[in-house]
Amino acid sequence: MLRVAPVVTLLLLILPIAAGLAGTVLPSFGYLPALGGTDFSLGPWRDLLAYPGFGSALRLSIVTGLAATMLSFAIAVLTCAAFHGAPGFRRLQAAIAPILAMPHSALAIGFAFLIAPSGWLARLAASATGADRPAAIVTVQDEGGLALIAGLLLKEVPYLLLMIFAALNQTPARHALAIARSLGYGGALAWIKVVLPRIYPQIRLPIYAVLAFSLSVVDVALILGPGNPPPLGPLALRWFSDPLLLLYFPAAAAASVQLALLVAAITLWRIAEVVVARAGRKWIARGGRGLAVQPFLKAGGRIAWLLLAVSALSLLAMGLWSVAESWRFPDLLPTGWSLATWTRQAAGLWWPARTTMVLALVSTLIAMVLALACLENEQRRGLHPGIGALWLLYTPLLVPQIAFLFGTQIVLIRLDLDGTWTALVWSHLLFVLPYVFLSLADPWRNIDPRLIRTAACLGASPLRILFAVKLPMMLRPLLAAAAVGFAVSVGLYLPTLFAGNGRFATLTTEAVTLAGGADRRIIGIYALLQALLPLLIYAIALAAPPIAFRHRRALAVAS
Amino acid sequence: MTGALRLEGVEIALHGRVLIPALDLTVAAGRAVTLMGPSGSGKSTLLAFLCGTLDPAFTGRGRVHVNGLEVTALPPEQRKLGILYQDDLLFPHLSVGGNLAFGLTAAIRGAAARRERIDAALAEAGLAGFAGRDPATLSGGQRARVALLRVLLSEPRALLLDEPFGRLDAMLRQDFRRFVFDHAASRGLPVLLVTHDEADSNAAGGPVIRL
Repeated sequence: MLRVAPVVTLLLLILPIAAGLAGTVLPSFGYLPALGGTDFSLGPWRDLLAYPGFGSALRLSIVTGLAATMLSFAIAVLTCAAFHGAPGFRRLQAAIAPILAMPHSALAIGFAFLIAPSGWLARLAASATGADRPAAIVTVQDEGGLALIAGLLLKEVPYLLLMIFAALNQTPARHALAIARSLGYGGALAWIKVVLPRIYPQIRLPIYAVLAFSLSVVDVALILGPGNPPPLGPLALRWFSDPLLLLYFPAAAAASVQLALLVAAITLWRIAEVVVARAGRKWIARGGRGLAVQPFLKAGGRIAWLLLAVSALSLLAMGLWSVAESWRFPDLLPTGWSLATWTRQAAGLWWPARTTMVLALVSTLIAMVLALACLENEQRRGLHPGIGALWLLYTPLLVPQIAFLFGTQIVLIRLDLDGTWTALVWSHLLFVLPYVFLSLADPWRNIDPRLIRTAACLGASPLRILFAVKLPMMLRPLLAAAAVGFAVSVGLYLPTLFAGNGRFATLTTEAVTLAGGADRRIIGIYALLQALLPLLIYAIALAAPPIAFRHRRALAVAS
Repeated sequence: MTGALRLEGVEIALHGRVLIPALDLTVAAGRAVTLMGPSGSGKSTLLAFLCGTLDPAFTGRGRVHVNGLEVTALPPEQRKLGILYQDDLLFPHLSVGGNLAFGLTAAIRGAAARRERIDAALAEAGLAGFAGRDPATLSGGQRARVALLRVLLSEPRALLLDEPFGRLDAMLRQDFRRFVFDHAASRGLPVLLVTHDEADSNAAGGPVIRL
């Protein structure tokens, strides 16, 4: 049973993605028998290229995707360089957890509330200048995609920070830093010169995942990106959703462009890695101590804190709107408060909330079982999976969602599974499983093998060791992994849309759909709930182990 | 020979390089044999081979008999070879009593009977009333004694000692050595000790093999 676990798990991830990609690329060349496309042709590509907005859509996707990735990488690195070892560093680690739990779209909605011409920031400015009506400038959904880039940063910087923290745990960075500083290097520059090169290989795949996500994002782009023309992702989605199905073929072509874009971007990034590394070695060899730039690097490191503050304010703005009765323009706070919107919406909220929770719980549970089975198999057989297995695991996070979800929908229709719970749970599992596995793998592989051997020598069977020793000891990482899985599932927009065939509404699909509408009170409720649900699970995951281990000092504090 | 631990041509190699050349050895019931060697000589690896927990990087050859039964092909949990390491390796999520109950042979049935047996073992070791304690609150010497009790309660056929005295300070070390060897002798267990400390082998009293 256990032996087949890795194979089953990988097939579950890779097969549907491969089928999905085929189901997207083939129609982009005109082949889709179900819609009468039996001959290969370049028609869909000609249609795509003939679309007047294609050029700007492509440019927008490239610019926002690359900018968001490079900026989040730079900010995350600067932050660690500036604050590693400082007292604020631990606080930062604690502060990013809630942001990571919140869905992209919820943060994007809150951010829109913050920066809209009639949003909180504008009100703050108005109360200073005395203006009594919103300025006529476009801040959200601007043509240049600046709001989209900023919205992506809110979530991607904490994610990269988390990945760097995890890499730092396995690197003797403190000693390296201490030595560099004793040789006269400024702290921040020392970090960039002696720590970053060592941890970079470990954060490479997460960076590629950020790149993939930013280049092909749909939900955040629908909320913060320009609408006409939109970036490539939303454009493809709009065409896929065309009721006449005539735009299916060019939509498939647009989705295939996303795939090509990703391959090109990762190749380019990889080349840049080599070039920068070569230049970096020369730069390090020059021996500059960087004492003059230290203050600038320190200042740069504060951007992460600024982003966290913006995220917190975004959450607050959603909350305030949801209980605001009247909130006229230059007022900084609502003048009337009421729970009326909540009570009016309660009935309508129940179903999406229920679907969201059931879906998140079921997919997380399955993901946990599969991840544990793989890790247990690996541990019992003394296997050490290589980098190849890691790449396979990352596949769902690297391939643009729009590029394979459309194709999988066709496969699901063939199997008569579209719009079923099975399809929905499976589509969530694709994204939940890698995250659950990744957050469980390190703690599981770090279980002291002597404890396991001791238990075996005391006569305990492998099954008993699993249930009586490993699982209880791993309570903290188990709950943390479950919380991560839950949060990932809650935040999924496109997979829910495609696999559910529009028949399943979750808080996230509702929030994104509503985000285009006008009533901020209702949007606020959906976005807030969407953000609070995973936060609640995170809180439980954080609070439970200290209670369970209150009489076990060695396990009571996080190590 | 009933009760003895017998090694027949046991050889340990790492990537084809032989660490321990074919070793034949018999430890009689109630007696102790010491294997001495510098660190890296493969003596701990030998014990892992006997237990059936050899790291896959190593290859082990030869046969292990205990109490007349060949255990070489058995999984670790069926060999019943108790082992003590330098660290006590008490399970951090279980109480002292929970750790002992984990070790206590399943042949003793009934919560009350098991509880009684554990309390008796604790009392005899000068740890009466410790069953409910968190292992993390015990002193190093107390933890070491609990670890030995845990092994003994599992009713092993032999006792393997992987430098279990190394972490204790000088005073405790002498007490604990006595404690271990007395218990092993009174139960008639064959003991195989690996160490690099002469004092350990003197306390063990039996023959010494240098690797």
